[in-house]
Amino acid sequence: MPDVQALVNDFVLKLKRRKIEGSHASARHTAELLRSVISHQRMRQTNQAGALIDAVKAVGEQLIAANPVELAVGNIVRRVLHIIREEDLSSTATAIEGLGLSAGSDDDDEGQYEDRPALSAAALAAAARSTLRAPSLQTLLGDIPGSAVTPQPPSSWGDSEGKSKSADKNLRSRKLKHDVIEAINELIQDIDTCHEQVSEQAVEHIHQNEVILTLGRSRTVKEFLCAAKEKNRSFRVFVAEGAPRYQGHVLAKELVGKGIQTTVITDSAVFAMISRVNMVIVGAHAIMANGGVVAPVGINMVALAAQRHAVPFVVVAGSHKLCPLYPHNSEVLLNDLKSPSDLVDFGEFSDCMDFGSHGGSPLLHVVNPAFDYVPPKLVSLFITDTGGHNPSYMYRLIADYYSADDLVVKQRSTS
Amino acid sequence: MAQKKGLRSSSSDDPEELARVPLQAVLLADSFATKFRPITLERPKVLLPLVNAPMIDYTLAWLESVGVEEAFVLCCAHSQQVKDYLNKSQWMKQQGTFAVQPIESRDSISAGDALRAIYNFGVIRGDFVLVSGDTVSNMSLKEALQEHKERRKKDPLAVMTMVIKQSKPSSLTHQTRLGNDEILMAIDPDTKELLYYEDKTDQSQRFITLDKMLLANTPTLHLHNDKQDCYIDICSPEVLSLFTDNFDYQHLRRHFVKGLLVDDLMGYKIFTHEIHSSYAARIDNFRSYDTISKDIIQRWAYPMVPDVQYFGSCSQMKLDRLGIYKAPEVNQSRTAQIRAFSLVGNGTTIGDHSEISNSVIGQGCTIGRNVSIQGSYIWDNVIIEDDCKLSHALVCDGVHLRAGVVLEPGVILSFKVEVGQKIVIPAYSKVSLLPQPSKQDSDEELEYADANSGVVESPSITSIVNTRNVDPVPDSSDAEHSDTSEVGISGVGYIWLTSEGGHEEEWRHSIAPIPAEKLMEFFLSAHADLEVSNQDVNSLPASGELQVDSESTGFDDGEDYRDSADFEKEVEATFHRALAGVNQDNVILEINSLRLSYNMSHADCAGSLFYSIMRSALAFPHSCNRELLLNTGKELGRWKDLLKHYLKTIDEEIEVLLKFEEMCLETAKEFAPLFSAILNHLYEKDILSEDAILSWAEEKEGADESDKIFVKQSEQFLKWLREASEDEDE
Repeated sequence: MPDVQALVNDFVLKLKRRKIEGSHASARHTAELLRSVISHQRMRQTNQAGALIDAVKAVGEQLIAANPVELAVGNIVRRVLHIIREEDLSSTATAIEGLGLSAGSDDDDEGQYEDRPALSAAALAAAARSTLRAPSLQTLLGDIPGSAVTPQPPSSWGDSEGKSKSADKNLRSRKLKHDVIEAINELIQDIDTCHEQVSEQAVEHIHQNEVILTLGRSRTVKEFLCAAKEKNRSFRVFVAEGAPRYQGHVLAKELVGKGIQTTVITDSAVFAMISRVNMVIVGAHAIMANGGVVAPVGINMVALAAQRHAVPFVVVAGSHKLCPLYPHNSEVLLNDLKSPSDLVDFGEFSDCMDFGSHGGSPLLHVVNPAFDYVPPKLVSLFITDTGGHNPSYMYRLIADYYSADDLVVKQRSTS
Repeated sequence: MAQKKGLRSSSSDDPEELARVPLQAVLLADSFATKFRPITLERPKVLLPLVNAPMIDYTLAWLESVGVEEAFVLCCAHSQQVKDYLNKSQWMKQQGTFAVQPIESRDSISAGDALRAIYNFGVIRGDFVLVSGDTVSNMSLKEALQEHKERRKKDPLAVMTMVIKQSKPSSLTHQTRLGNDEILMAIDPDTKELLYYEDKTDQSQRFITLDKMLLANTPTLHLHNDKQDCYIDICSPEVLSLFTDNFDYQHLRRHFVKGLLVDDLMGYKIFTHEIHSSYAARIDNFRSYDTISKDIIQRWAYPMVPDVQYFGSCSQMKLDRLGIYKAPEVNQSRTAQIRAFSLVGNGTTIGDHSEISNSVIGQGCTIGRNVSIQGSYIWDNVIIEDDCKLSHALVCDGVHLRAGVVLEPGVILSFKVEVGQKIVIPAYSKVSLLPQPSKQDSDEELEYADANSGVVESPSITSIVNTRNVDPVPDSSDAEHSDTSEVGISGVGYIWLTSEGGHEEEWRHSIAPIPAEKLMEFFLSAHADLEVSNQDVNSLPASGELQVDSESTGFDDGEDYRDSADFEKEVEATFHRALAGVNQDNVILEINSLRLSYNMSHADCAGSLFYSIMRSALAFPHSCNRELLLNTGKELGRWKDLLKHYLKTIDEEIEVLLKFEEMCLETAKEFAPLFSAILNHLYEKDILSEDAILSWAEEKEGADESDKIFVKQSEQFLKWLREASEDEDE
């Protein structure tokens, strides 16, 4: 337990000090950390799922508070919470199924009967909960026989039942933990492979001799374009350099390395070039529940230009960037103001920041925001690892990945 | 990103260095200066909050981010407080690659002593980062370290790499933004070797003097006056032994760096590393405290900004538009306004119609109604009652300002001071609960006063507290310190007297912006200088070279200009001993030896001696000009012989006259109305010959109107002299 706490603290510090940045890295680290939190969690006899959820929530709250700008951390915490709920339900379901099967068989009649009321209660709760859940999982639980079981009066509860129940619970708990860890492993794998899964769809979207425009550098965009090139599509890419970090220069180098025709333009030339462009493909920092996008600064301008010329505006992102929150939520800190030194050279401007004159208040203020918010109406298509989606479809994806109980991780645990 | 890389590179094993020494750092948790008095009497400078986090946190966080594995915090003044803080802080608890270890050395009174103490502890094994505990930076040391190591491999004499940054000095005041003096450095552009370092450039001299050997040995060198010294040094272990060998090295720059540069016997070299995009600065005085706070609020020090919670301890801040930082639990009235570039800490209450702009407000403060706070720094748990006005003030923890108090620009209120109702604290005052230590001790470079040091007698305000019913009019028991009562009824605190320099120096280092009239003054003088330099076709660099090529003796020459004031003081001291009854011959001997050691001429001696005599005359109590004249006459009669000893030629006599004139204009204006009378006296006592006086008058013929006041005043006397001489001729 203490070593897990140390891991958590270490990760919190790293997030606080911005040593881990970028949604991919922070998502992966978060998932790994939560996996070890869960594997070290000692399981109690009752309500293991609840215990796990509490533990994850406690850690998750710290992680989210450490760097509220990095929305992927919160996303992964909520995904893990969802996984726990899911596994809890399905293990309950399988237990009930097992019960249904064993009821038909002949062995150990007595124990079965005594076990029944507890399980049926769980099944009832599960059934009640399942009404809140996405219909896609309804099918899984469709054939629960629990509803047919009649609850036994409590007077029939004996001593022997306690033992067998605890043994069964123990088994179940170990299984629950095991299942959850398995599911988290899958999640980590998903995060790792999201680029490949997104770029698999590249050929469907990029056609021969098209002109594609992008801004800055996003790994997903790069993989997407390269995948199309590998499938022998020939196309041309305009790269807006993405001031002030000029990541576009890096992207241009990488694309040329792959043999893609590349043109570098300044950010301010986007509007002039957009009429020759067939499609805009950009990466994102986060996709909000309403289909809005938090993306590197400058992309809103590109989106507006694309809308003006009716050029499709496509956002590629792994599903870990899908955030179940709305941009108007107060806890969503949408922007991060970076150091002005990216924009201006301190030495050259130091005389403008002489606080000794001008009555002590600086006349020069340099603002360097990291992100833009692109409203959903400007986005034509999202390409995630599960396929292409409309902005208005985002809420459905979110319902698949997250459970409504977890949207506010913070308030629940503080109250 | 850069920081991340830095960390990785240091944690990964270097295959080429099997016996890898962890990167170490020495953090001096003491500034060895008195610039932050009176605050530093109660709390060490490194623990003073800078934008609501102690300064030392910024430095430690930076050291950690650049991959330092062991940091030794050298605690001198208030060592217990520093240690207690470190023990409670996250830095000691944190496991992993960054270890903080406090080292106590109470008797160190300078950076030199501190480094000698470190040497004695014997903890430094390899190259180390030497930094003061008041440094704010986000630079990556990777490159600088790499350069340093490579140079060391080639040349074991390269003992130090100094981090510098471009920063233009203010064209008007010849100061950097941080309130330091302009620094002049000569750097070899190819090797980046530092060849010359001067941080106390005399602005009255428009040229500098370089050793001509410097030009002979290096093909090219760049002279910079736009570089800021970040006070971040990468040192080799030899630096510590150098400090131990040269026990008189006290100051890192003034003694050590300059010492190494001048000393060619050992041949140690210092190199520079310039940073461009990252930030580094040191808090040296109140002005730099203000400037760096504003830089942090403007996010130059990113990621060390309030909303990033770089240090785990501080509460989460939220950044609004226009650089307004607010903690989650601020109780702000609807009508209160928080303007641009302000920060309000957790648990602070702000009353109706109050206005805050360009200020930092700590935690748990209570601010009343109609309060206006501008450009001020208010620390934790301060109570400000209704209708107060604060502009460019620094208010420490637990201060209580009662209703209607006005703090004028540059006021410093130390811990727990209380100010009574409707009191106006005048500009640049410093108020503390502790009385001001006596003068002698304050020149010492100590951060805190010894318990047994002298204390200026001043009426305690507590006495006024006890007698609350007393009329608010100050009870001027002591004329000199009557201003103490300005803290008011029910106020507690002593107002400190400004130091020798008075307001002259105070405004340079204060939080308040430079007053408009000062800027105007500088503007005018800068223009005057411009004209001069236009006439002088060779502008600054060229004249510098010329100076070197001529027969001047390099550094000694430069020192002369600085030392002339010292010389004057020494002569005066000697003269005072003469007053106390030392034999006149001995006095002459002493002055002669002083003359030789300071490389002065006879004329300088005469001038200084005359100055001292006049001062002593002035020191006698006098009620009117007549008495003063009498005193002066007596004094001159008494010391005539001594003075005569130096007045061998007419030049010296003229020097004395000029000196006298200067005194009347500047230092001792009391003599001004008596000029011609005293001149007459000097003539009668045969101290000045008539030739000297006449040639002085002739010299003044062509001067400005303002210069001729005294010639005019003594017109009658001069006329008489001329007539007398003509008579003789006939």
